Amino acid sequence: MSIRVLMFGWEFPPHIAGGLGTACYGLTKGLASQGVRVLFVMPKAGGDEDQSAVRIINASDVEMMASWTEWEKYKENVRFMEVGSNLVPYMSPDLFEKTVSETVEGKRASGKISYGNKFQFSGKYGANLMEEVGRYAMVAGTIAAREQFDVIHAHDWLTYMAGIVAKKVSGKPLVIHVHATEFDRSGEHVNQEVYDIERKGMEEADRVITVSNWTRNIVINRYGIAPEKVVTVHNAVDFKNSEDTAEERGVKEKVVTFLGRITFQKGPEYFIEAAHKVLKRYPGVRFVMAGSGDMLAQSIRRVAQLKMATHFHFTGFLKGDDVQKMFRYSDVYVMPSVSEPFGISPLEAMRSGVPSIISKQSGVAEVLKHSIKVDYWDVDALADAIYGLLSYPALAKVVGESGFEEVNNLKWENAAIKIKKVYEDLFV
Amino acid sequence: MKKTLCFYFQVHHPVMLRKYRFFDIGKRHDYFDDYVNASTIKRVVNHCLPMNDLLLELIRRYEGKFKVAFSISGMALEQLELHAPQAIDSFKRLADTGCAEFLAETYPHSLASLSDTDEFENQVRHHMKKMKELFGQTPVVLRNSSLIYSDQIGERVAEMGFRGMLTDGAKHVLGWKSPNFLYTNAINPKLKLLLKNSRLSDDIAMRFSDKSWNEWPLTADKYADWLSDSAKESEIVNLFMNYETFGEYQTAESGIFDFMRYLPEAVFSRGDFEFLTPGEVIKKHQPVAPLHVPYPISWVDEERDITSWLGNELQTEAFEELYKVQEKVKRSDDEALKRDYERLQASDHFYYMRTKLFSDNEFRRYTSPYDSPYEAFINYMNVLSDFILRVEESDRKRDEKPETRKTKKR
Repeated sequence: MSIRVLMFGWEFPPHIAGGLGTACYGLTKGLASQGVRVLFVMPKAGGDEDQSAVRIINASDVEMMASWTEWEKYKENVRFMEVGSNLVPYMSPDLFEKTVSETVEGKRASGKISYGNKFQFSGKYGANLMEEVGRYAMVAGTIAAREQFDVIHAHDWLTYMAGIVAKKVSGKPLVIHVHATEFDRSGEHVNQEVYDIERKGMEEADRVITVSNWTRNIVINRYGIAPEKVVTVHNAVDFKNSEDTAEERGVKEKVVTFLGRITFQKGPEYFIEAAHKVLKRYPGVRFVMAGSGDMLAQSIRRVAQLKMATHFHFTGFLKGDDVQKMFRYSDVYVMPSVSEPFGISPLEAMRSGVPSIISKQSGVAEVLKHSIKVDYWDVDALADAIYGLLSYPALAKVVGESGFEEVNNLKWENAAIKIKKVYEDLFV
Repeated sequence: MKKTLCFYFQVHHPVMLRKYRFFDIGKRHDYFDDYVNASTIKRVVNHCLPMNDLLLELIRRYEGKFKVAFSISGMALEQLELHAPQAIDSFKRLADTGCAEFLAETYPHSLASLSDTDEFENQVRHHMKKMKELFGQTPVVLRNSSLIYSDQIGERVAEMGFRGMLTDGAKHVLGWKSPNFLYTNAINPKLKLLLKNSRLSDDIAMRFSDKSWNEWPLTADKYADWLSDSAKESEIVNLFMNYETFGEYQTAESGIFDFMRYLPEAVFSRGDFEFLTPGEVIKKHQPVAPLHVPYPISWVDEERDITSWLGNELQTEAFEELYKVQEKVKRSDDEALKRDYERLQASDHFYYMRTKLFSDNEFRRYTSPYDSPYEAFINYMNVLSDFILRVEESDRKRDEKPETRKTKKR
C-alpha cells in the first residue's frame, strides 16, 4: 500500500523566494516516483503550481471548524508571536504585501472563530509572519481532521506549528524537515521566538530530517535533539527546466561571480577581500556580486575603499533568466557562506559548466567532490583557489567538466528513497 | 637446484611542499615544509629502525644465508641524513654484511622515465653516486619509481649498462604466464626482468593484519607452506614491498616482526628455497621468455598502469610544464635550482592530483596531505610558476655572460 503524506510547506514553484520551494518541488516529485502520495498544503497557492506529482491545498481556501478544541490549546502560543525584526528568511520586508484581511484578523484576536470563516494568507515573508505562522497552524488542524494520511511532513520552522497541530489532531507521526536553522540565518544573534518554535518542532517530531550533516550537527548540538532521531538526507537538484544557450560576453576579462543574498550568512565580505588580493596580482579579471541584502551598502563601500570599483560590479537582485545568464557569463563561481545548510546555487553554476569554489561550512560540500573547498574565513585560500582557476586552464577545464557530470547525477529520486525509508521506519 | 626467494623493500619519502600561495610567486623561493618533513621522517624512522635491527639480527644468525634488497630514494636519504643520521648508519651496517643489496633508481623517485628528456639517465647516475658514497655499492639492477616499466624504458635501462630490472607481474601483461620466472626485455634481451608476485607479496604487505581475511592470522609456518606449494611450478618468488609495511601499515602489535623473525627458519626447514638478492638472481637463473610491455605498467592500483600519476589533464599539464624547462635547468650552474628541480619531480606530487578514485571509498594507504587533487594542483602549479621564473632568470643571466655573447655573434 502506498504511503500517504500530509506535507506542509510555505512556498511552491512558480511562486518562490528562495530555495525552499524548489526543494519541496523536487522532493515531492521524487516521492511520487517512489509511489508515495503527497498532499501538499501551502499558505497561498496561486493555482498555477505543477500538480502532476502532488495535490495542493491552498490554506487560504480552508474553512475553519467551529468546535476546534486544539485551537484553545494553541492560541496562547499564537498570541505571543509578536513580529520580530529580523524574521526575514529570504526577502526584504518591503517586498512583503500585506493581504491579511483585517476583519478575520480581528476575529482571531478575540478568539471568535466560527464555522465558515476563511483566513487569507499572504504566503510571503515579512512583518506579519508570526501571525501567519500561527493561523497556518490552525488551518492545519482543520485539514488534518478532514484528510486521510499516514504521516505528516513539515518543512522549516514556518510550518512546524502546523505539523505539531496536525499531529495532535490526527495522532499520526510527524517528520520535520530542517532546510535551515536560526543559527544559519542570524549567526549567534538568534531570534528567541523562532528558536523556540524550531526546538519545539524538533522535540515534538518523531523524526527530524536535515539537509546536511552540517545542519544535523547544529540540530543535535544547539537544539539538544537526540542524535538517533536526526537523519541526514542531502538535497538534489532538478535541471529539467533550464536550457543551455551560449552567452555573448561584453567584456574580455574573466568573470568571477558571487550570487546570492548579500547577508551575513553568505559571507560577502570574504569574497570582497579575496577579490582585492587576486586583483593585485591578476588584473585581467572582473568580480561580480549579484544579489541584494542588508550588507549591500556596506559591501559597496568596502569595494570603493579598496579602490577596485572599476573591476568589481554589483548587479542587484537577479531573477528568472538573468540568474542563468549570470552563470553562463562566469568563469568562476564562489559561495563563501559562513553557514549554509545546503546551498543549491553552486550546483546551478556547475550545471552551466562553471567551476565552483564553496565554503567547507556548507552542506553541499558534503556531496560535491569536483569543487574546490575552502574555509569561509580563509581569505588567502579563497584567493588562491580563484587565482588557480583563472591561471591554470587545465584546472578550470577538469573542475568544470567533472563538476558538470557530477551535478547531473544528483537525483531527487535518491533523496526520496531515503525519505521513504524514514517514513517506513516510523510504522515499524 | 634450489628455488629462489627474493625480498625487496622500497624506502621513499618525498620532500613535501609547503602551502605556497599565488602571492608568493616571484617573492619566495622556499617551497618545502621543513617542519612537516622533519616530523614525518622522524616518525618513519621510529618504525624502520626496529626492522633494520631485525634484518641485521637475521643476517647474522643465518650467517649470510638470509638476504634482502633495498632501494632508497635520494629524497629519503637526504632527509634521513638531515633529521635521522642514525638511520643512515643502520643501513650502512646492513650494507657492510654483504647480504643487503642496494638497487639503483631515479634520485627523486620521479616519473622522468616517462618524459623524452635525458633527465631519467641523469637522475639514475645521481642516485648511483649516492649509493657508492653511502654504501660502497655500484648497483647492477635498477628499480624504477613504483616499478614503472615498458619495453622502451627497459631498453633505455639496458643501454645504461644495467643487467636487471624490477617490475610488476601485472596480469594484463603476463596473461597465462607466471611471474615466478626470469624474463627479458622485449627489445634488448640483455636486460633481465624480475616480476613481483603480487599475491604472496600482498599477503604480507596488505592483508597480514586484516582480521576479515579468511587466512588471518598468518603464521610463518603457514606462509612457508604456501611458498613450498608454489615451488613446484616456479623458480623465483619475488616479494616486493614498501618498507613501511613493517611497523606502519602492519603495526608491531599485529605481530609482523615476529612473523618476519621466524620466516627464514620456517623456509629453511622446508628446504625448497634459498634467499638471494636481485643481482644474484640474474646470475643464477636463465630467462624463460621476453616480456612484451608496449604500454607502461606499475605496481599501483588494480589497473597496474600509470594513470595514478598521469591520468588526468591536471597531471599531464603539470608534467609537461615541468619537463619543458629541463634543458634550461641542465644548462644552469645554480645548484639550488637543480636541487629544487629534482625535488619537484617526485612522483608523489602528481599522485596527489589524481582524480580517478574519487568515486570509490576503497581503503587507501597512500594518503594525500591535500583535501582534494585540485588543491594539490594549485599548490604545485604556484610553486612551479615561481620555479619557472627562476629558470628563465638564470638562463637570461647565463646568456649575458661575455663568452656566451661572443658565441652568439658568430
